[in-house]
Amino acid sequence: MNIAVLRTETRLFGREPGSLFWILLFPTLLLVILGSIPAFHEHERDLGGLRTIDVYVPVSVLLGLIVSGLQAMPQTLTGYRERGILRRMSTTPVRPSALLTAQMTVYGAAALASALLALVVGRLAFDVRLPEQPFGYLLALLLTVLAALSLGALVSALSRTTKIAGAIGSAVFFPAMFCAGVWMPVQAMPDVLAEAVGYTPFGAASQALNQAAAGDWPGWAHLGVVAAWIVLLTAGAARWFRWE
Amino acid sequence: MSVIEVTDLRKSYGGRTVVDDVSFTVDEGEIFGILGPNGAGKTTTVECVEGLRVPDAGRVRVTGLDPVADHARVARVLGAQLQESELQDKLTVREALELYAALYDKPADWRPLAERLGLTARLTTRFGKLSGGQKQRLFIALALIGNPRIVVLDELTTGLDPRARRDTWELVEDVRANGVTVLLVTHFMEEAQRLCDRIAVIDKGRVAALDTPAGLIRRSAGGTVISFTPSAPLDDRDLNALPALASVAHKDGRITLSGTDETVNAVITLLARSHVTAHQLRVSDATLDDAFLDLTREEAA
Repeated sequence: MNIAVLRTETRLFGREPGSLFWILLFPTLLLVILGSIPAFHEHERDLGGLRTIDVYVPVSVLLGLIVSGLQAMPQTLTGYRERGILRRMSTTPVRPSALLTAQMTVYGAAALASALLALVVGRLAFDVRLPEQPFGYLLALLLTVLAALSLGALVSALSRTTKIAGAIGSAVFFPAMFCAGVWMPVQAMPDVLAEAVGYTPFGAASQALNQAAAGDWPGWAHLGVVAAWIVLLTAGAARWFRWE
Repeated sequence: MSVIEVTDLRKSYGGRTVVDDVSFTVDEGEIFGILGPNGAGKTTTVECVEGLRVPDAGRVRVTGLDPVADHARVARVLGAQLQESELQDKLTVREALELYAALYDKPADWRPLAERLGLTARLTTRFGKLSGGQKQRLFIALALIGNPRIVVLDELTTGLDPRARRDTWELVEDVRANGVTVLLVTHFMEEAQRLCDRIAVIDKGRVAALDTPAGLIRRSAGGTVISFTPSAPLDDRDLNALPALASVAHKDGRITLSGTDETVNAVITLLARSHVTAHQLRVSDATLDDAFLDLTREEAA
């Protein structure tokens, strides 16, 4: 990790209004819009007595992670490769991997900030309880950030151009959002579907986060699924990533 | 003392040999040119010197170090300006200079560097808003920011207007005057002739010739051009018998011959012997352009 590179990448991230909006604000904005629907404040038997707004806080948390890791980061990284920025850095004593780690740190931090904002706004505006098992929640959250970043890294590795990165990113984005429960919370899915979704990185993450939010330690099975995905995706990214 | 040694360098991509047994050495303090048509293997050659590519065979040493195995140490003594590389659009000139300075242990002070490159008025401008010439000057600054002993400049003036090109040439001479060895990749003859102490002409992945610009011109057939309008017709047989003659052309009563200094002497002797006066006699050196075309002709045919 090179501090100068990290500082530069952080500064550049701050100059991208698009990324700032979609990663940091959009998930919470979605939460606020859904929270303004009166029916979403009623306790639902389908959701185990939770209110719809309660299950949308973790969904918003995941949304920020997915946008950051899968939509924003691959575009930037692929652009850096396409435009010779990685190559330019290769001619200095610092390796271009410094740019890669700086990017992951910036987008990972942005995803966590987005998650924090969603939790705080959920608590303050809609009285959604903060995770009752904070350590388990943090662990699940960190693993999910890593999964999102490694998925993004794999997308950059497989995309020769930013256009391709955008296309693959979007193609993976919608299934990822579905698994995270954006359209239908995992709790409301039919059992078979919920089980299948539980094997995807964000479906498993969603269930681990929900367990921690409810005060239980997140199931090792769910955490294990997320961790396995991290290993798999990182290996793929390392295998196929090209510096130029 | 040589600071760059390339010996029997070979590199292929997918079975196509791009660099084929290239050897040359660059001495400390010289401006060494690598000249050749597009696609001749120039960039691949210097990328092996920069450690960006791993040679298939052969040996590359930069100040005695292997650019691939000893990449970080080579990067400290070798600054590079790459062909077709960019920076982040929203990075300002000042931030780029500060960032790259921070990547070296003992960087140059970027302020005088920016001053010398005429970037001081552009420090707060973002990279994406710079003109082509300003971008090139920034890349030269970044190549020099680590206080390198050697700087590699690849197609430095491509895309610059004639004014900016001349300014850049002065800058390169200035860099060398400060003791930095320059490895210059170009396909502009004028640039090579003006700047380089020695030139390796690369064609189809091979070194076609390696000499000083004057030497390259001299050694090519037809290095000297003689033209005149004879007061009376000359016998073609006499002309064709001239020593070291490369070509003869008649146009509007004017004769143009190319050859060497020997040809010039023989023409004067021939004129005197035949009692023919040469009107508007002109003797000129061929340019590097002519020499280059001559050196790369056979293989193109």
